Amino acid sequence: MLSGQKLKELKIFATKIRIETVKELGNLGFGHLGGAMSIVETLSVLYGEVMNIDPKNPGWEDRDWLVCSKGHAGPAVYAALALKGYFPIEELMTLNKPGTNLPSHCDRNKTIGVDMTTGSLGQGASLAAGVALGNMLDGRKNYTYLILGDGELQEGQVWEACMAAAHYKLDNLTAFLDHNGLQIDGNIADVMSPEPVTEKFKAFGWNVIHIDGHDIPQIIDALKKAKEVKGKPTMIIADTVKGKGVSFMENQAGWHGSAPNKEQRDQAIAELDAYISGLEVE
Amino acid sequence: MAQKIATREAYGNALAEFGGDSRIVVLDADLSKSTKTDTFRKKYPERFFNMGIAEGNMMATAAGISTCGKIVFASTFAIFASERSCEQIRNSICYPKLNVKIGASHAGLTVGEDGASHQCVEDIAIMRALPNMTVICPADAVETRHAVKAAIEHDGPVYLRLGRLAVPVLYDESSYSFELGKGITVSEGSDVTIIATGLMLQYAMEAADLLKQEGISARVIDIHTIKPIDKDLIIKAAKETGAIVTAEEHSIIGGLGGAVAEVLVENYPVPLKMVGVEDKFGKSGKPDKLLEMYGLTARNIAEKAKAAIKMKMGK
Repeated sequence: MLSGQKLKELKIFATKIRIETVKELGNLGFGHLGGAMSIVETLSVLYGEVMNIDPKNPGWEDRDWLVCSKGHAGPAVYAALALKGYFPIEELMTLNKPGTNLPSHCDRNKTIGVDMTTGSLGQGASLAAGVALGNMLDGRKNYTYLILGDGELQEGQVWEACMAAAHYKLDNLTAFLDHNGLQIDGNIADVMSPEPVTEKFKAFGWNVIHIDGHDIPQIIDALKKAKEVKGKPTMIIADTVKGKGVSFMENQAGWHGSAPNKEQRDQAIAELDAYISGLEVE
Repeated sequence: MAQKIATREAYGNALAEFGGDSRIVVLDADLSKSTKTDTFRKKYPERFFNMGIAEGNMMATAAGISTCGKIVFASTFAIFASERSCEQIRNSICYPKLNVKIGASHAGLTVGEDGASHQCVEDIAIMRALPNMTVICPADAVETRHAVKAAIEHDGPVYLRLGRLAVPVLYDESSYSFELGKGITVSEGSDVTIIATGLMLQYAMEAADLLKQEGISARVIDIHTIKPIDKDLIIKAAKETGAIVTAEEHSIIGGLGGAVAEVLVENYPVPLKMVGVEDKFGKSGKPDKLLEMYGLTARNIAEKAKAAIKMKMGK
């Protein structure tokens, strides 16, 4: 059971990830804000509570891994890593600038703490299954976490990877489906519906848990249940809101590939700061 | 008559021979009996994973496994390795420079009866265009064994181009030495140089004999590593013989011929003729017949050598 204090800490951590992400993209002037904001609670729980990691030893063999297959959410991952102390927080302002270690999509050879290079959708599922298989082969007890976008499910490779992960009984692999319902060209339901996702993943041999992806206790509980299931990987279908946490960004497909201007950035940060203040007086 | 062994056979044997290294993991996409990774599987089943008929997933899974400190060999036919899963190789293996070795068998026309859909004659062009990729096309079983060893020792992506057809063993194991990126001068000559890769090396050697009968001295070079290519050896041959012919079981667009042309035009331009598949798809047939139909013969190499010499003489 999560203590009230811990829950507050994770909510604050999530909100700080949001603030830093807005700053990164606002400073840059472009980027993928919407889908970065929707995975923030997942990142907060993974980096803030569940993953066995050591920011001082990012290459530690027995660490838990995170593969963010929706590599365009990199700025949110970088914010979480910087807040955890993998690298100085000031570095976030170099996002995507010449010479930066923080490219718009995740790159394991550039960013300390990023476990896998991603960006080409669908491939992260196979990469994560590979990591889980490699670690299982060596008898390590660590876990591999995967974050998939829902639009990404349109890539056939995701299903190839899901088939293989179930076939090889990768119970050390836990995936989050960032189920925000939007993709660049609009509603996923209109572009190319991957539904019903719960039934599909079950049919592919996965343990499936459906949660509110912005509800921290639900995320923690789902991860606990995932660890109890042996012999199959777990898919946590996390219903989320693209652009979550900032009133005027929520559920707007236009924010998939956009960044706030100065005014929007200031308004977003003000909203998020107010949320933290509210938590602190609770 | 020299003993004949397919390079895919030698590949499977080498994986089994060097497979005692627990870092080695082998993946296949339902073709293990054809690619010969089955030889490894029999010896080290715990480090063999069949990924089913899903090559793109296999390549990216191989990339993932390699990040756990493994040396991963992923095998399928060249057509599915280089073309079906090209983008997975580019983005998940080459860009992050991961330690994945692609064992691509059934390259070229000599796949034979399976025909055009399975005859890959574009893979060298595609794979050598990828940054961080090393491309090796061994000529015989001895060279294949050493190429596999070199691939294991090399930290980074490697594309190993292998054939289905049994081909003569040209090299002597006891005296053979393989250095990644270094060509081998098989025989000396002063009028023209024949640069060959893969199974065309045997025909290059035969062509040199044919030319000798006509009083023409042809040098023969085996370029087993197409990338990084041995620039120094090629430039030296251009300077010393003044005319070059390339021979490959691959399209003349972007393959060995293209790679040699790039070296020559930038450094020491001399006449160059290419023997290869002339911008066409393959077709079904007996391997030997196909090689003849497409001009991949000793006779054609010799003719092209004479044409290159003529150009050199300004005729």
